[in-house]
Amino acid sequence: MILSDADLTALYLTLKLALASTIILLALGTPFAWWLARTRWRYKFFIEALIALPLVLPPTVLGFYLLLLLGANGPLTAIGAAPLAFTFSGLVIGSVIYSMPFVIQPLHDAFQAIGKRPLEVAATLRASPWNRFLTIALPLARPGFITASVLGFAHTIGEFGVVLMIGGNIPGQTQVLSIAIYDHVESLDYASAHWLSGGLIVLSFIMLVLVYASNRRFRVFKI
Amino acid sequence: MSLDISFNLQREDFAMHVELILPETGVTAIFGPSGSGKTTLLRAIAGLENIPDSKVMFKGQCWQSNSSFVPTHLRPIGYVFQEPSLFPHLTIRQNLEYGLSRVAEKDRRVSLDNAVELLDIGHLLKRQPHTLSGGEQQRVAIARALALSPLLLLMDEPLSSLDNKLKQEILPYLETLHRELTIPVLYVSHATDEVARLADTLVILKAGEILGSGPIQDMLTRLDLPLSHRHDAETLIHGTVINTDPEFGLTSMTCGDLVFTVPGNTLAPGTNTRLRIAAHDVSLTLEKQTGTSIQNIFPATVVELQTENHAQIMVKLQLEDIPLLARLTRKSVEELAIKPGIQVYAQIKSVAVLA
Repeated sequence: MILSDADLTALYLTLKLALASTIILLALGTPFAWWLARTRWRYKFFIEALIALPLVLPPTVLGFYLLLLLGANGPLTAIGAAPLAFTFSGLVIGSVIYSMPFVIQPLHDAFQAIGKRPLEVAATLRASPWNRFLTIALPLARPGFITASVLGFAHTIGEFGVVLMIGGNIPGQTQVLSIAIYDHVESLDYASAHWLSGGLIVLSFIMLVLVYASNRRFRVFKI
Repeated sequence: MSLDISFNLQREDFAMHVELILPETGVTAIFGPSGSGKTTLLRAIAGLENIPDSKVMFKGQCWQSNSSFVPTHLRPIGYVFQEPSLFPHLTIRQNLEYGLSRVAEKDRRVSLDNAVELLDIGHLLKRQPHTLSGGEQQRVAIARALALSPLLLLMDEPLSSLDNKLKQEILPYLETLHRELTIPVLYVSHATDEVARLADTLVILKAGEILGSGPIQDMLTRLDLPLSHRHDAETLIHGTVINTDPEFGLTSMTCGDLVFTVPGNTLAPGTNTRLRIAAHDVSLTLEKQTGTSIQNIFPATVVELQTENHAQIMVKLQLEDIPLLARLTRKSVEELAIKPGIQVYAQIKSVAVLA
């Protein structure tokens, strides 16, 4: 076996983290993006700016504050919560926040692109608001969901700064692929770094090819 | 009464003040130029627009008042939008069933087969919406609304997004609906030809105000309303076919005691249809002419005159109890001394049979 047990564990952790974050993001992001796309609240741009923050901030800034928030001396611990820094749960929280814009944005765009008309038509066809959301909005936003899932998943796999800050580098708990690669390079073990890096390139490429092939309308980048 | 509405809307750029009671049956056309508020009116009746300080009552049910608002999906309406707006992720059959499946069994009076047959879309059921032509899509949209067995059908310029050829293709289906179904219809339009063919009652809207409302024959011929002053001003007459003359290819129709002779011999005796007479096809004589090629000549009484411009005058006549418009030159009116009350003969050069 070319990959060491530690590397395999890191790969497993990475996939688990990406999957968990994506599922949580879709669950939270769908109603939130729907609300953003439909609301006429005049100050919604504040919320939009807030969600976009992770796009511009160095991940270390986000990681730093999450560390303070979730750490042993943080405010959450003070009110009785277990400290989540340097745990897998802490990593998931960090990833969810860090990858949020990559999920919310495509969902928001997809919901907005549907427009008012199909939902009005559904209302005249006796569908209740909740029913309209399930039978019209969700299926019509399918391309947005695919984009959101892929971007959320891929972005979480690639994250480094936030993980390093709040997760540290504990094999089997918080050591994900990107950090394992960093470790290998630090210790001049280029062969292992190659295997992991090259593997990640191939894996990402295959994932994107599958998605593009299954959904011709899918676009990661809006042109 | 079927539908009783009142809307008061005062926006910066648009005001609407409408009080209206509409009849139980038939097609009521809401007619007016764009920007007159017709679509807003229809959307408010459907509950798609919530205009404060309004009232909508339908057959004793309150759909909207100061204290209540029934959401769209709970109103027993059907709605046909300007564009077909079929759901792109569903097949034609699924589009039709989308609404139908949400109607309780006991409220289904129009079956899916009925709706499909009326609009002749049976061969399209398995297809996806984007593979249909615009006209086919709009027929599906109409069938989809009908399949709900609505108690009131609202149609917002359903033909305006189609070119003239497609429009002519769909109009006969709408006429069939009108003949065969008893569902009251509110039909928004700015096209007089559609209105003339389909409407029984006409509401004329301008800048959010009602200029007039009543039976279509009256609305077309009231000289104080704009419809009687269009360049193609016309009169509508309801006729019944008595018999046909295959030798000359002519049909005789009655309207009250009057008998009209019109070209064509395809309609069966007993068929009810509409005749359209353009105001510029009617001329007047003081004595009954003989030796004329004109087939339709009737005694008439002059009711009212209105000067349209320096050269022309619109004359409203009464043939028994049927109003008829004649557009004459001011010169002829002076030479013949035509004034309200006098007896004349109306010579009708051409009568068009609608459907």
